[in-house]
Amino acid sequence: MIGVFAFYLFSFVLLTSAIFVISARNPVYSVLFLILAFFNAAGLFVLLGAEFVAMILVIVYVGAVAVLFLFVVMMLDINFSELRKGCMEYVPLGLILGGVLLAELITLYRAWPPAAIDEGASIDPVASVDNTRALGSILYTDYVFPFQVSGLILLVAMIGAIVLTLRVRPGVLRQKVGAQVSRKTSDILKVEHVSSGKGVDHV
Amino acid sequence: MFEISLFHYLTLAAILFTVGVFGIFLNRKNVIIILMSIELMLLAVNINFVAFSSFLHDLGGQVFTMFILTVAAAEAAIGLAILVTFFRNKGSIAVEDISSLKG
Repeated sequence: MIGVFAFYLFSFVLLTSAIFVISARNPVYSVLFLILAFFNAAGLFVLLGAEFVAMILVIVYVGAVAVLFLFVVMMLDINFSELRKGCMEYVPLGLILGGVLLAELITLYRAWPPAAIDEGASIDPVASVDNTRALGSILYTDYVFPFQVSGLILLVAMIGAIVLTLRVRPGVLRQKVGAQVSRKTSDILKVEHVSSGKGVDHV
Repeated sequence: MFEISLFHYLTLAAILFTVGVFGIFLNRKNVIIILMSIELMLLAVNINFVAFSSFLHDLGGQVFTMFILTVAAAEAAIGLAILVTFFRNKGSIAVEDISSLKG
């Protein structure tokens, strides 16, 4: 009973905050509602018995992606009211497309017979306390190649983001470590033998 | 009625996905909100995966949820980096201005 109540509470807050994400006037509010939506989705995952994925969702999305969005929204000096002009002309088309999509999905789910699935109820969240252990044991055996590939994707994304946003500005004094390290004594120091009474011609 | 079945979760994910699609139409010019709508759609897909994983007693769905999370994080990072670079060059993020990449 408490699970049913929690499901409806989490879904209601999730959908409401999703609607606020797309309709808020200020993008900062959109990001904050996105964070709320992710928290509620994490709650739904806990209800489904997937604690590890729920925690990963909170850490990755709320801790990294949403904060990244917040940084970009606050860093760029954008006139957002200018961007909202003339947006309403596509709303009817969007409503029709979205309505058709939703109706198709619901019809599909109603017609599709989940007979073998509905027999067994959802995993009891209390019984599957070792969700993380089970996930780790198949992640490092059956899915080890996709796991490595996802690490590679993250590496490429990191390098790409750095390359895209790195800006080399002229006129900024920077320490050149390579030049400092590869410098030899003979490049900078010259010993002159000076005979007495003659002096040095050149400096 | 008082038992949460797979259908409930699938319906929730379908509504969330539709909200994400509608958000792209509603904020046609604002790339940041479009990226957030894509995140919402990916979240709907994740809910589908985890619901199937839970009701089918198969952990593969949760593993794929983690892969989707990885790809979503990479996509957000690259998209926002492109956005910052574009804003630096053009001084605006309106989508219709992004037409200089003619093939």
